[in-house]
Amino acid sequence: MSASITDPHSTAASPGSPAQPLIEGRSGRGRLVLRRFLRHRLSVIGLVCIVALYALAFLGPLFTPWGYAEQDPTAYLSPPSAQHWFGTSQIGEDVFAQTLRGLQKSLTIGLLVGIISTTIAAVVGTAAGYFGGWVDRALMWVVDLLLVIPAFLIIAILSPAFRGKTWLILVVLLAAFSWMITARIVRGLTLSLREREFVLAARFTGVPPWRIIVRHILPNMASILIIDATITVGTAILTETGLSFFGFGVQPPDVSLGTLIANGTNSALTFPWLFLFSGGLLVLTVLSVNSVGDGLRDALDPTSARGSRRRSGD
Amino acid sequence: MTGFLARRLANYVLLCLAATFLAFALGSLTFSPLGQLQGRNPAPPASVIAAKRAELHLDEPIPARFVAWMGGVVHGDFGSTITGQPITDELGARAGVSLRLFALGTVLGIAVGVLVGVASAIRQYKASDYAATLFSFLVLSTPVFLIGTLLKFGGLRLNEAAGSTVLYYTGEFSPGFQGGWWAALADRLSHLVLPTLAIALSQIALYSRYQRSAMLDVLGSDFLRTAQAKGLTRRRALFKHGLRTALIPMATLFAFGFGLLITGGVFTERIFGWYGMGDWFIYGVQQNDTNIVATVTLFVAVLVLFSGWLSDVLYAALDPRIRL
Repeated sequence: MSASITDPHSTAASPGSPAQPLIEGRSGRGRLVLRRFLRHRLSVIGLVCIVALYALAFLGPLFTPWGYAEQDPTAYLSPPSAQHWFGTSQIGEDVFAQTLRGLQKSLTIGLLVGIISTTIAAVVGTAAGYFGGWVDRALMWVVDLLLVIPAFLIIAILSPAFRGKTWLILVVLLAAFSWMITARIVRGLTLSLREREFVLAARFTGVPPWRIIVRHILPNMASILIIDATITVGTAILTETGLSFFGFGVQPPDVSLGTLIANGTNSALTFPWLFLFSGGLLVLTVLSVNSVGDGLRDALDPTSARGSRRRSGD
Repeated sequence: MTGFLARRLANYVLLCLAATFLAFALGSLTFSPLGQLQGRNPAPPASVIAAKRAELHLDEPIPARFVAWMGGVVHGDFGSTITGQPITDELGARAGVSLRLFALGTVLGIAVGVLVGVASAIRQYKASDYAATLFSFLVLSTPVFLIGTLLKFGGLRLNEAAGSTVLYYTGEFSPGFQGGWWAALADRLSHLVLPTLAIALSQIALYSRYQRSAMLDVLGSDFLRTAQAKGLTRRRALFKHGLRTALIPMATLFAFGFGLLITGGVFTERIFGWYGMGDWFIYGVQQNDTNIVATVTLFVAVLVLFSGWLSDVLYAALDPRIRL
């Protein structure tokens, strides 16, 4: 995806990299980005962790005989053992199966919210920046309005409406209230791209606005969008688990890492397995996502202050 | 300058109203305040439910209800809860609790965050810089409810190790506390440490990251070299010219950081048993109480916008190029 970007920075960055004669310019940029990303040891570890977490969440349940809602009447609150790898809960649920189920939920919700919210941000931001005038003013006022109340509070207010319904509503709501800051950044970039020659040329040859946005403006900010999508994944997971912690997010009998932590906190000192595994996996997930986002920023956006400094120090 | 700030203020008032209306309307649409009454066993007579319905004005359209409620708010009357308690009676105490918690957490968070960020930038790639980076990544990846819970258990362990209660983790002060002024202050402080840390840690992590990169941008700049060439010591040049410039982009960040603070406050108040606005909000949602939720939203909106306005003022004060 990033290989086809005609990024304004790439021309500035590519002279430093040796030109590969047999590879055309496009994949050269892809290689450059990949090489820059691989240079970040922490981000590579983060990426490996994310792959491992996905594998654990979706393949792990195959290795345990227990379902996440199943109860073992012979083991209440038993510590981790060969039968129950992460121990059992007060009513005999297998904590391993539950934690994996929660991890699945959190990973899926995070990924979906990251994609949807970045799409909204791209649409709103480019529209506001490209059309300007009252469209810009109206959209930015909505952005300001939604930034006044934290997303957490709005979704908590809406929570009675989706109680007992599918968790996909939660995904839509999380995405609907987490695009604002990205939209502002996109708007700023659009404002400057709009005046560039290739956009003007397209406009004067009669290309319709939506096509200019899709073909000329969006590809030029793909790096920012990818970075922001990654960061939003992390934020979304944190907001989702926070809502679930209060019972406003994922609803029982389904579990999320947030509900597991909420159930485990009260007895966490005496029965630490109820809360340690879900808490640890949650932190590991968000930490990996954030470190990948950080590495992507340095790899895709060489003009970012941290990126260039890092490199000069290497 | 005054005109600019006044215009900003007018827009903020409008945003406050819109945000509160949004919360009020969404609450009115999704909440079922009669649910508890209807779910009682034996079921209350229809007349009782009808009376409650009339009392809560549930048959009127939402905008009319909002206008009626807002009309009261302008006169200092925030309406009443579903059970008929006037909200205004509780508001002062609750707002006070939250403000005390937020104020200390923010001041600590900003001050330490800026200091850590500056120190990391000056000592870039030293062990202390890596430690600070690792700390902020870890904290920013840990939800506040986990930090709060871990702090609580840390306090518990500390108390066990010390053999007496050094740090309290429930409430704002010991109920029925007897003692002099100093003893009372010490009691409050030992209640304050853990919740303040829960609030401040994420602020420190956030601000130190941004301050570090803002300071790094400044460190290589020509004016800093000039200042040193003209005879200023490195330390003086850094703090007099460097830090001031590096603080400018931070001014806008303080407003954004405030949303994080509010959300963090909700969890902190709940976990440590402080009866503040955040705790009230959760209670309001659980009770399906539109008036409580709208009141807390108004409080949040005013705080967020006040901090936004304050960051405008700070920006103007820090950046000599801005003469509005």
